[in-house]
Amino acid sequence: MADSTTVDVEGLDVSRGGRTVLGSVRLRIAKGQVTGLIGPSGCGKTTLMRAIVGVQVVAVGTVTVLGRPAGDRRLRRRVGYATQSPSIYADLTVAENLRYFATILRAPAGDVRRVITEVDLGDHADTLVSRLSGGQLSRANLAVALLGTPELLVLDEPTVGLDPVLRDDLWSLFHRLAAGGVTLLVSSHVMDEAARCQRLLLMRGGRILADDTPDGLRAATGAADLEQAFLRLIRAKDAVSP
Amino acid sequence: MTVTLTLATARRILAQLRHDRRTVAMLVLVPSLLMVLLRFVFNNESLFSRIAPALLGVFPFLIMFLITSVTTLRERTTATLERLMTLPIGKLDLLFGYAVAFGLVAVVQVVVALGVSITWLGLDVAGSLWMLLLIAVLDAVLGMALGLFVSAFAGSEFQAVQFMPVFVLPQVLLCGLFVPRGEMGWVLNWISDVLPLSYAVEAITEVTRVPDVTATLTRDLVVVAACAVLALILGAATLRRRTP
Repeated sequence: MADSTTVDVEGLDVSRGGRTVLGSVRLRIAKGQVTGLIGPSGCGKTTLMRAIVGVQVVAVGTVTVLGRPAGDRRLRRRVGYATQSPSIYADLTVAENLRYFATILRAPAGDVRRVITEVDLGDHADTLVSRLSGGQLSRANLAVALLGTPELLVLDEPTVGLDPVLRDDLWSLFHRLAAGGVTLLVSSHVMDEAARCQRLLLMRGGRILADDTPDGLRAATGAADLEQAFLRLIRAKDAVSP
Repeated sequence: MTVTLTLATARRILAQLRHDRRTVAMLVLVPSLLMVLLRFVFNNESLFSRIAPALLGVFPFLIMFLITSVTTLRERTTATLERLMTLPIGKLDLLFGYAVAFGLVAVVQVVVALGVSITWLGLDVAGSLWMLLLIAVLDAVLGMALGLFVSAFAGSEFQAVQFMPVFVLPQVLLCGLFVPRGEMGWVLNWISDVLPLSYAVEAITEVTRVPDVTATLTRDLVVVAACAVLALILGAATLRRRTP
């Protein structure tokens, strides 16, 4: 595996309750880039992310992350994961939550402050999580993933429900992190976020439809915008194998 | 397993409790209020002295079972457990964190209930108060470990709460609190012999009656501690890093 590859997925099959959620997924994610995982809800994005983080029971296939099998104990400090539904303690304040997770990650003392500033929750550090708005909640959830020095960040719909200015700030943060060598896999079901990624993985029905740059995708399909490009790809696939 | 992470987890759980003042008040006061109620229901000091020690063992067991099964179920359903399982923390750090936090709560609970029972309600304790406290805390840890284990089988908070009558009430009925265990039929007596709460109640009754550490007391302590450890191990087995 080349040094520039952070995640390498080969022939991955996952089924849940007898239903195939992921079918022979094969992909590579390059180091130091923001890769967007784009697709409608229910297409298997979360399951793929769970497999990469190593919390998903996998039927067939291999998932290699930073040169080790996904879920390896040595990866636990090197991979940051933010689930779509917030997984932080509602009956603690934002700072208390972060302090606990920072202790587990053995993150340096100033880290809690740093991530609170990065997600712009400075005014709410001492607010109970249960009193946060939806957008604040998802940012607090994201902040946990930023603690320490993760080399791979797996972020499941981190920008849902955020106001446009904040969303823009977060995307700038993602690119800053990528420029510093961090690999990011960010899922979204909205196409306008796809344009902000350096690489796109388009998913539908548990399969990867395309793995390309935004420009490459537009050129390949002859579509002016990515929404159209995605549509054309789906129609082309359906025409070949209905 | 590391001490830092165990203590960090205990601190986190206690911080969660601190933000919930009503729960703290109930945890500290309810057992004492029930002891007072019991004293006046019996309206008889010697009858109260006979049954009160057993209850000092039953209350922490029951309450810790309930709150642990609900809190850990909440950790499972809100995916904080899944997040923890992706982080560099051992399952035992988490479990012992729970044991330390709820063990401390049990100490406060029992000290208050015991204080009220001795100074006001006329309970006589022949043996060491430290020993009594130790048994009560072991009971609490046993309840906690069982609660943690059964929460893995609860699909909802409704189910978790109903595990209390399933796993706890039979033990309370058979522990010798209502009818001495020797007077039960052989089937019930045998069942009562394999339930850990029977030993906890026997131990606590022994401490209040006899000043020395007897062989029965030592055996009971070992049984309760072994059951708590077993339940913790079973609880650890239900924490999975990977889920379907």
